[in-house]
Amino acid sequence: MSDILSILPQQLVFGIALGTVYGLIALGYTMVYGVLFMINFAHGEVFMIGAYIGWGVLAALLDAKVGGLNPIWVLPLLLAPAMLCTGGLGMLIERLAYRPLYVRGATRLGPLISAVGASIFLQNAVMLTQGARMKVYMTNFLFPRTWRFSIFGTSISALLIVMVGVAGAMMWGLHVLVQRSTLGRSIRAVAEDREMAAIMGVNVGQVIGTTFFLGSALGGAAGVLIGLYYTQIDFFMGYSAGLKAFTAAVLGGIGNIRGAMLGGLVLGVTESLAVTFINPAFKDLVAFALLILTLVFRPEGLLGETLPDWKKV
Amino acid sequence: MRWQVPATIALAALALAAPLLVPNDYVMGVIARICLYSLLALGLNIVVGFAGLLDLGYVAFFGIGSYVYAFLASPHFGIHLPFIVILPIIVAVTALSGILIGAPTLRLRGDYLAIVTLGFGEITYLLLVNLDRPIDITGGPSGLISIDPPSLAGFVATRNSEYYYLFLTALGLALLVSARLRDSRIGWAWQAIREDELAAHVMGINTTVAKLQAFAIGAAFAGIAGALLASWQHSVFPANFLFQESINILAMVILGGVGNLLGVILGATIIVALPEVFRELALYRLLVFGLLLMVLMIFRPQGLLPVARQNARQAVVPVPPPASDAKEGTAP
Repeated sequence: MSDILSILPQQLVFGIALGTVYGLIALGYTMVYGVLFMINFAHGEVFMIGAYIGWGVLAALLDAKVGGLNPIWVLPLLLAPAMLCTGGLGMLIERLAYRPLYVRGATRLGPLISAVGASIFLQNAVMLTQGARMKVYMTNFLFPRTWRFSIFGTSISALLIVMVGVAGAMMWGLHVLVQRSTLGRSIRAVAEDREMAAIMGVNVGQVIGTTFFLGSALGGAAGVLIGLYYTQIDFFMGYSAGLKAFTAAVLGGIGNIRGAMLGGLVLGVTESLAVTFINPAFKDLVAFALLILTLVFRPEGLLGETLPDWKKV
Repeated sequence: MRWQVPATIALAALALAAPLLVPNDYVMGVIARICLYSLLALGLNIVVGFAGLLDLGYVAFFGIGSYVYAFLASPHFGIHLPFIVILPIIVAVTALSGILIGAPTLRLRGDYLAIVTLGFGEITYLLLVNLDRPIDITGGPSGLISIDPPSLAGFVATRNSEYYYLFLTALGLALLVSARLRDSRIGWAWQAIREDELAAHVMGINTTVAKLQAFAIGAAFAGIAGALLASWQHSVFPANFLFQESINILAMVILGGVGNLLGVILGATIIVALPEVFRELALYRLLVFGLLLMVLMIFRPQGLLPVARQNARQAVVPVPPPASDAKEGTAP
């Protein structure tokens, strides 16, 4: 038992770091759900492609033998292309898989299936072009293993701090954007009542596209962070990460940006506790069980949904 | 529909004579597989097609059926019940598991259901893989082997053509049950819920009960199909029941035409047979699937053989949500 207690703080640290990244992915689900009232099923794949782009840039830098790889300039160099590309991809998904259907006023089943289709397509496109074998992130060249310190026997690496810092900064940035800016006001207006927003002069289609861009870009950034952390990525990683992030979004209260962050943290910590106390093999099982329990006992999430009344059917 | 009766008779005759017409046992196996998957797809069609509930973890019930059969008819636990005794047990177990997963979640919004069923499918798979320690229940990743073949009154199925007749019988029954259900009170309730849940509720339909019935019956179909698969393969592995398989079955239902029984069978035939015909394209199969699902939803959401809504005076047009695109929605 003392054995378990001694590794508990360490596991908690991992859980918190992982949780912030889950929260980052969850934001993509929650934002899209807010404006469109639909689950973006391809979001996990967007996250996966972000990880691949970051991997590609890092591998290219190492191939070119660029000296003095310092995370201060390399990390933005990994994140920026990943976020731009995944953001664009998100807008493309909205254009192809969602817009033709929601404009027509199709049933709820339609967009969900076309998004599942997009998700399968992206997964296999990556598998066929990049190969089915996993890629290895050369994290060591960026964050040497020696960059760590310990408090009370708990080792904290620089990478973990950067993960939490980057994810936290992005969430805060999004929060400010949504609460303070004109764009944010448009997003909230569309989420509240699409028709009324249109009457008031909001370009609804553009706002929905922008929401997909923002959510997907955050997902892409999360992909890079997870790639650096786990050092191994494959074309299938988006599936379970997407499921967990969705769990985080529901856990916190769908449509609620702060809820997504909290949900991510709760999920990350619960998972690390499950690894410590139950069985590492059941890590994913605990996450899904948590999702089902939330939906059964508190479907509105921890912080409550922020959906307008007509959506709460 | 004057051509329907002769066409049905011709199809049935063709199906019965199939083993005499096919060149070899391998092709017979493919045709048997088509029957098995048609049965699965018909089950999912009850949930997705009739009741309009998107179930993304349907393969879990297929897996439960397979493993229950393996538990009751293999040396693993040393139990060897007769085939005919196991089937009702499997129907009961899978229907119950359908209710268990449905009951807490069905009162939630539709797209939550999709995710929860997905999670449920994933949990089932993880349990199948991991429940070999500390007590060996499922055999872990290597599955269970030496499962008894189906037998009835001393007759034991061995060749693919015999399995084919078994599967064909099951498929015929499933078709009959599906058609009867569709035109029954329950079937009407399902279709009402699919078109507009709120309206159905207002009309006095107990939507929760109706949805649970769809879940339980759909799950039972999958359970039977699972038992047939286990008895045919003589073995079961967790890898038979991956998420990919749920999507395959869903694609069969949607490709053929959601809610249309013959369409669903057509979908199953296409999706099982196409990779056999285009062996070299197997690698691209899923890529094309994904694209196909998108294109189909955009251009032909009703599938290849859409449901003829002949009973209704006019097809119920789903009320569009208070949604409008910028192009149409902005004030002039």
